[in-house]
Amino acid sequence: MKLETVLAFHPHSKPFWEAAECGRLLLPLCGDCGKSHWYPRPFCPHCHGFGLTWKEAAGEGTIYASTLMRRANEPYIVAAVELDEGPVMLTNIVTPDFSQAGIGARVKVGFDYIGGSDRKLPVFHPI
Amino acid sequence: MSIKRKAFVVGAFEHPTRYAPDKSTAQLHAECAFGALADAGLSIKDVDGFFGARDAPGENASWLVDYLNLNLTHIDATDTGGCSYLIHVAHAAQALAAGKCQVALISLAGRPRSQGMATGTAPRAIEPDRPDGPWEAPYRNVIVTQYGMMAARHMHQYGTTPEQLAWVRVAASTHAQYNEHAMYRDVLTVEDVINSPLISDPLRRLDCCVISDGGGALVLTNESIARSLNVPMIPVLGCGETIYTQKGGWPDYVTTGAVVSGPIAFAEAGVSHQDIKYASVYDNFTIMVLAQLEDLGFCAKGEGGRFVQDGNLISGAGTLPWNTDGGGLCNNHPQNRGGVTKVIEAVRQLRGTAHPKVQVPGCDIALACGPGNVIGSGHGHATVILGRE
Repeated sequence: MKLETVLAFHPHSKPFWEAAECGRLLLPLCGDCGKSHWYPRPFCPHCHGFGLTWKEAAGEGTIYASTLMRRANEPYIVAAVELDEGPVMLTNIVTPDFSQAGIGARVKVGFDYIGGSDRKLPVFHPI
Repeated sequence: MSIKRKAFVVGAFEHPTRYAPDKSTAQLHAECAFGALADAGLSIKDVDGFFGARDAPGENASWLVDYLNLNLTHIDATDTGGCSYLIHVAHAAQALAAGKCQVALISLAGRPRSQGMATGTAPRAIEPDRPDGPWEAPYRNVIVTQYGMMAARHMHQYGTTPEQLAWVRVAASTHAQYNEHAMYRDVLTVEDVINSPLISDPLRRLDCCVISDGGGALVLTNESIARSLNVPMIPVLGCGETIYTQKGGWPDYVTTGAVVSGPIAFAEAGVSHQDIKYASVYDNFTIMVLAQLEDLGFCAKGEGGRFVQDGNLISGAGTLPWNTDGGGLCNNHPQNRGGVTKVIEAVRQLRGTAHPKVQVPGCDIALACGPGNVIGSGHGHATVILGRE
């Protein structure tokens, strides 16, 4: 999905992609209940309040689940990372060594144009 | 209002094909519908309720209803992925109980094998308006990677082993040897499974289900019509359904929607786990069988590996005869949606018409359940409990 398409269908996500281009990971934060969530919505899926702001995440987390996809031209690692702020986000782990990307491994965010994308996306690297 | 004993499964048909390049999807639907209606001793002109999901040609049941030239008073196009047809059983029972229709037809068909679909391993284009799309699609989380993560997490949390997962495939293959229509009929060992190539760690090729063309259909009706037919009386006893979410970013990759649908179905049926003589549990991947059995309460959470090992799911050998047609792992997964075949084998068991080598003696209560779409995202789940009079 091109950025133009993403913005056309998900206009509320614009600040997220602008920050990603600058290497910053934004998380939606609810002013009503104080909780973050993932994937971003323009309301809070926990308390269903509308007082959302974007807050920059520290960008570190722990692998909740991961797998090495071997049935591909270039094997790749899909993972769910539990951010230190709480939410679990789907991502790729960028490392040539899958043993560094097991459950419990600490990881740090980076930004890259993955999968032919024309926008920078958060991916994670083992610390 | 409970739907217990308000509706009866009177027709069931599994299309014998597993590869149908010479047939249209609509034709497969028609053949399944005619098959199930003939099984019931009813005519397609008797159908006044239709239940179909997005596998209908044109991705909308309307075209299929027009193609079959049905005269309907009730329509339900609920789509929750592969468990749609289990939910359709529940919804058909509700419609029959409410008198909205008299003869309900549920149909599934498709041709992913003919179309060369790499169901589990190739990224699929997702709808641009899907709310999670921009944050999920670029990472190529295909179906097998999501279930690979699920298996990895289950192993991490509970100590589940690859050998325990393999027992699920061994049980399926043990049953499939007796099914002349099954895609894979070779009896496998645990070693065969754990020596098959890794696809998405820790899942191996033989942890994954087949890709098959085909389909199936069910006919349900009310008690008075059912009693007028020359078929066994198979009442719907209880049903549960849900969409199980990612909890706003606090997902649980080892828990399925069966934790919701199972207790609802058991409560409505008024039966306990010991009453279930046979279970069809959707097996898109071996790990899903473990997780659903736990979530349904056949064993404690995390004990699924120990529950399935040593042949405990093999009919005649274990305590819970399961997927005696060979399931999705060995027999059939038409249109990548296993919901209808789960009900069909449960009906065979209740009628006493499963293969004699796998028929459960005195099978009077059976369970069929399954997920839809993909765990770890918003996924559907449905559980149906059927009886026999």
